[in-house]
Amino acid sequence: MTRSKIAPRVVSATLLTIAAIGFAFPFYFMLVGAFQENPTNSPTSLFPTSGWTVDNFLAIDSRIDLVGSLVNSVIITGAVLLGTVVFGVLAGYAIARLDFRGRGMIWVLMLLVQMVPFQLLMIPLYIQITRNYGLGDSYLGMVLPFIINTTAVFIFAQFFRALPVEIFEAARIDGAGELRLLFSIAIPLIRPALVTVILVTFIGPWNEFLWPFLITKDAALQPLAVSLANYISNAAQSTANPNGAILAGATALAFPVVILFIFFQRFFTATDLGAAVKG
Amino acid sequence: MTDNRRLRTRWLGAQPIGGLFALPYLIFVIAIFAYPLGFAVYIAFHDYFFTAPGVEVDRPFVGFDNFATVLTDPRVLDALRNTLLFLVINVPLTAVFSLVLAVALNNGIRWAAAYRVAFYVPYLTASVSLVGVWMLLFSGNGLVNTILGPFAPDPSWLVNSALAMPMIALYVTWKEMGFYILLYLAALQNVPKELYESSETDGASIFTRFRHVTVPGVRNATTLVLILSIITGANLFTEPYLLTNGGGPDGASTTPALLIYQLGIQQQNPDTAAAIGIILVILVGLLSLAAQRATKER
Repeated sequence: MTRSKIAPRVVSATLLTIAAIGFAFPFYFMLVGAFQENPTNSPTSLFPTSGWTVDNFLAIDSRIDLVGSLVNSVIITGAVLLGTVVFGVLAGYAIARLDFRGRGMIWVLMLLVQMVPFQLLMIPLYIQITRNYGLGDSYLGMVLPFIINTTAVFIFAQFFRALPVEIFEAARIDGAGELRLLFSIAIPLIRPALVTVILVTFIGPWNEFLWPFLITKDAALQPLAVSLANYISNAAQSTANPNGAILAGATALAFPVVILFIFFQRFFTATDLGAAVKG
Repeated sequence: MTDNRRLRTRWLGAQPIGGLFALPYLIFVIAIFAYPLGFAVYIAFHDYFFTAPGVEVDRPFVGFDNFATVLTDPRVLDALRNTLLFLVINVPLTAVFSLVLAVALNNGIRWAAAYRVAFYVPYLTASVSLVGVWMLLFSGNGLVNTILGPFAPDPSWLVNSALAMPMIALYVTWKEMGFYILLYLAALQNVPKELYESSETDGASIFTRFRHVTVPGVRNATTLVLILSIITGANLFTEPYLLTNGGGPDGASTTPALLIYQLGIQQQNPDTAAAIGIILVILVGLLSLAAQRATKER
């Protein structure tokens, strides 16, 4: 290998290593602190040799019902994923492969939806959902604005569009109806898209703070992101070891997503994401 | 094909069942985007206030009154200034570092997948979790100040009115970078390899190649990165709310989204809050247009 080929790699590797440490360090700090009796702030305590404990998790659980809020997060995320996959597949398939009146208009609407920031809709949606529909403090109210994800419709449409047209022609000649075509032929062929969509849309409802925070007052219904935020901003002073409790709560909220992604990361590729965002 | 069938095809398309498949999505878009959007405009131009459900009250049209109230409110002007400071720090840092890291990842180095995971893990993680960590790292007696010793700023990072907004900008740059690296990685796949090879034969240095092949090659992705980071900046809520304790110190990190919440929901003035939302969207639109112009091929 010539010198001109090696030098860029050495520079790249050095740069990436420094950056990766910067990106990973706060996670290391969070994890170590979450399991320490008394997380301190001196550099030497970054490599603790003793004082390992799960008391921080018990401390945060005694304040915010850790398990209950995790269950709420799972319910909300599950409902959003179900809606996104079921309605997203139907809409994506129709837009990509079916010729019907109004198809062009739906495509234009999808592009518009991507451009409307949530902050503009915050007040009218709040009025609509809590006051007009009476859905404040309910799972349905928390889920409704996210029940179908436009990015997911785009991803499904891209995958359906990439399927060869001959398959559809052959099946139609054989007399398959559109429903049968969708369920027996098209969906099985886009299985990677299902994983991509689930991964891309999973983080939204799981991490969402603002919307559930706005419409819930009942702590028993709040997802973990909201309960933890409330603990951080209000209750932290009155716990014996607030730092440890915050880090334990942060770990409980962060790690389901991180582990899922590391496990499935081969499905989460740059090209899929690029295609989705480009529309 | 019978006449009937041909007529149906002309009016509804060859597979009208597609309309049925897309119907739930259409209803969703109308109920969750189109209707609230129109409602936001209505609220902003009326004297709108909350009432008990079912009570009919007069909500008179007030023209641009709410906009005038908003644009003369020093809190709103401060929030817009804070957002501008955020964008000035966040947008260039995001564009430069995410491209440089994506190019480095694309150089065929070992463990590229592991590096990629390290970069996108903060993007995947809930801001509420990471804000908790940053608060402890940058608090008065936090790890960063312990290491800095006498060089630690006083007052500390998150309660210092000169540093609060820059801290939020750095936090968001760090948190969102993984997503932009992925965008650039996808864009780099489309830069023709021959261009690199021919410029190498011509004896161009790494920097010349980066400047004259890579940067123009990913121009479209850069436009997208700029627009998306402008939108993220305009929508900041969680970070000022939690990281700097509700937009402090002295409102130095208040953002328009935080004001929409405080004015609209806490202080029950949805009409002025909706006006802030509309002004914000117009400003974001103008900035995005400027970003698009600036990155256009000349």
